[in-house]
Amino acid sequence: MNLRKVLIFAIAALAAVLLAFALVKGVRLFTGTTSAPGGAVVATAGAAIGGPLTLTDSGGKRVTDADFRGRYVLIYFGYTFCPDVCPTELQAMGRALDLLGPAGEKIVPVFISVDPARDTPETLGKYVRAFHPRMIGLSGSDDDIARAAKAFRVYYRLGRPSAPGAKDYLVDHTSFIYLMGPDGKLAVLLRGGAGAEAIAQGIRSVLP
Amino acid sequence: MRFRSFFGAAVFALAFVPAVSAHDYSKGKMVVDHPWARATIGTARPGVVYLALINEGKVADKLLSAATPVAARVEIHRSFMEGNVMRMAPVDGVEVAAGRTVEFAPGGLHLMLMGLNKELAAGDRVSLTLVFEKAGRIQAKVTVMPMGAGAHGGGMKH
Repeated sequence: MNLRKVLIFAIAALAAVLLAFALVKGVRLFTGTTSAPGGAVVATAGAAIGGPLTLTDSGGKRVTDADFRGRYVLIYFGYTFCPDVCPTELQAMGRALDLLGPAGEKIVPVFISVDPARDTPETLGKYVRAFHPRMIGLSGSDDDIARAAKAFRVYYRLGRPSAPGAKDYLVDHTSFIYLMGPDGKLAVLLRGGAGAEAIAQGIRSVLP
Repeated sequence: MRFRSFFGAAVFALAFVPAVSAHDYSKGKMVVDHPWARATIGTARPGVVYLALINEGKVADKLLSAATPVAARVEIHRSFMEGNVMRMAPVDGVEVAAGRTVEFAPGGLHLMLMGLNKELAAGDRVSLTLVFEKAGRIQAKVTVMPMGAGAHGGGMKH
């Protein structure tokens, strides 16, 4: 057997494998998780996040995920007693929508409370409008919230108040921003704390 | 105008400069820079104050506590991520090393104003007293920004 021929064949085969691998990886990089400045994107379409939810808006109306079909919806789960992170994220979301210009006008910003005992649907309305005029605040029964949180894989845990019966407990919670597509499925998952520009970039990267 | 009275007038005017420079407050070598708060809706929710502590001296100092007439108590808190979970915990004093700056900014250290007795309205200037181990008490005026305001002064660091 001609050793040289075998060697050339082996190298060619190896090169082909490496090229194929690089192409597949490269394609994945282009269509998968693009890195926004500050790296806000955590996952894109395909993640099993989202699902049926039934909550109450600040007018007392029952809202379901079906009501959002056909729209892009930008969702944050938090609570209004939180003085630091939640206002910061909501402000960043509102600002991100403004940065997106006409594309942002098609997106519905939604704040879902993980603290329905203090965040009644009525009190949420005024709160969310401080961050964006179109932002919708949703709350409901403990059960409504638990189901919504489960659909979005949101973890939340009420802490202990300073004294029995005091209403000053804090709430630990996961901090992500979810962009749901017109089909009701996750379009992009963004991590909290990334800032308005990174959120806008993450959204822009998946809008048609 | 006679020199004496002009000079006197100038010195007199200079005495007011610290009061009208409006955004930082110092005592000894400790500077409290740009304290700002978010507006609240009513008094049911706690207020938040952000600022920077600048230690211009050669000795470390420590923020021990704070107080304000508009709230029952002020707590020092730190927001932090534990895995994917956002948490907040009280902090028992914040050290500021010599020559260093410690930022209280969204997503990190912040002062929580618990038990507000007055709504914080955008545009308000709220009195805040910070108590340091070495510098003692520093009186500051906190500027209240709209609820939807982004980071003020030092800004968010990434």
